[in-house]
Amino acid sequence: MHEGSSALTLVLGGDPALYAIVGLSLFVSLTATACAAAVGLPLGALLALANFPGRALVTVTMNAFMGLPPVVVGLAVYLLLSRSGPLGFLGILFSPKAMIVAQAILVLPIMAALTRQTVEDFWAEYRDELTAMRVGPLGRVATLLWDARFSLTTTLLAGFGRAAAEVGTVMIVGGNIDGFTRTMTTAIALETSKGDLPLAIGLGLLLIGLIFLVNAAAWGVRRVGELRAG
Amino acid sequence: MRPPVSDLPLVLEDVSLLARDVTIVRDLTLTIGAGAPTVLVGPNGSGKSTLIRLAMGLIAPTSGRISWGGRGESDGRRRAMMFQRPVMLRRSASGNVAYALAAAGVGGDARPSRVAELLAQVGLAHVAERPARRLSGGEQQRLALARALARDPEILFLDEPTASLDPAATKAVEDIIRAVAQSGVKIVMATHDLGQARRLAGEIAFMLRGTVHACAEAERFFTAPATPEAAAFIRGDLVI
Repeated sequence: MHEGSSALTLVLGGDPALYAIVGLSLFVSLTATACAAAVGLPLGALLALANFPGRALVTVTMNAFMGLPPVVVGLAVYLLLSRSGPLGFLGILFSPKAMIVAQAILVLPIMAALTRQTVEDFWAEYRDELTAMRVGPLGRVATLLWDARFSLTTTLLAGFGRAAAEVGTVMIVGGNIDGFTRTMTTAIALETSKGDLPLAIGLGLLLIGLIFLVNAAAWGVRRVGELRAG
Repeated sequence: MRPPVSDLPLVLEDVSLLARDVTIVRDLTLTIGAGAPTVLVGPNGSGKSTLIRLAMGLIAPTSGRISWGGRGESDGRRRAMMFQRPVMLRRSASGNVAYALAAAGVGGDARPSRVAELLAQVGLAHVAERPARRLSGGEQQRLALARALARDPEILFLDEPTASLDPAATKAVEDIIRAVAQSGVKIVMATHDLGQARRLAGEIAFMLRGTVHACAEAERFFTAPATPEAAAFIRGDLVI
């Protein structure tokens, strides 16, 4: 990357280092979103259906965790994964794996909380029918998640958006190592502090463009799906 | 195909249901046996829907006893219900029926042919792959019937099955109900349409203020009503 080159030529010029950064960002955030979804969607659905003492407390806690500060999550994961930490033996600190873990933890409460909301609305609508059909608890979770699939794309996007946009956790647990754990957001932070504003701006535009593309793709999938499935 | 245990007769004894201190059903006693359809008539709020939910086993009474075939507990495998406003799953018409079959424990291999049979039975074979929520009101009602029949029920509960349908759609639904009743399925149906009650009922239970006010064989209910309230209701007077 050359000092002084304009943001536009950098973005359009096909700099391999730049593409590596973009690729890693997408890989980490998409993987983290997928992991968080695998846990968060069923968890949110269960919370919507289950009735147990302390349910309100769990719900409020989860909603509050939607606002977890990324740097705090980063710090917690750092402590877990550091050499003397309980999971230090994994040896994944300062690697993309650590970044995925941290982002997944950051995104999980959002997924679970938004899923709970959506599924609760669907449950109000489906309760009578599913009860009359004697559908068991696991069947209910599966049915509601499947039938709410188009509404849940918004949940996935919210999770992905938060993962892709944050800088605090990946900076702490990834370490912003050039060519290994440098993502778009950490690169923007670094280049800005170094004074390479064109690169920072170029990366910023690219990041916004990518998030827009992912959202547009999700919207398209949702529309087509809704048209076909009603 | 059906398990040997029967859910009939369905007996409700001194059943009451309170919700937040409001009495919805009080001291209701009714025996529903095999045979021609039992039709619940009565004004809005008289407890018809609640009685159906109790009899289906969806809600438990506050006091009193409900038994199916002499048993206080029943897994409900032989009962099916169609709600006043059926909720279509966000799937195709055949997807809805396949779902009901799976919920009823019908294995995956047997499902496709049963789906086709059931859709044909309710006259929806031509819209099998259409999203259920895009179907017309009458088609949705018939799809809900197919879904209920997927349980191969011994008792089929219908709550106002044609409440918001035009005459043609109503006739289509009634024809299916009649055929189902003739095949030996016990129909228990709530309606506020007296004409429909006359067309379908073998037996009428007239409900008023949360209880069964009068119960008689249909012919006799209409020609010789047992109480002044029943007579007024049949005349079309406002009975509250």
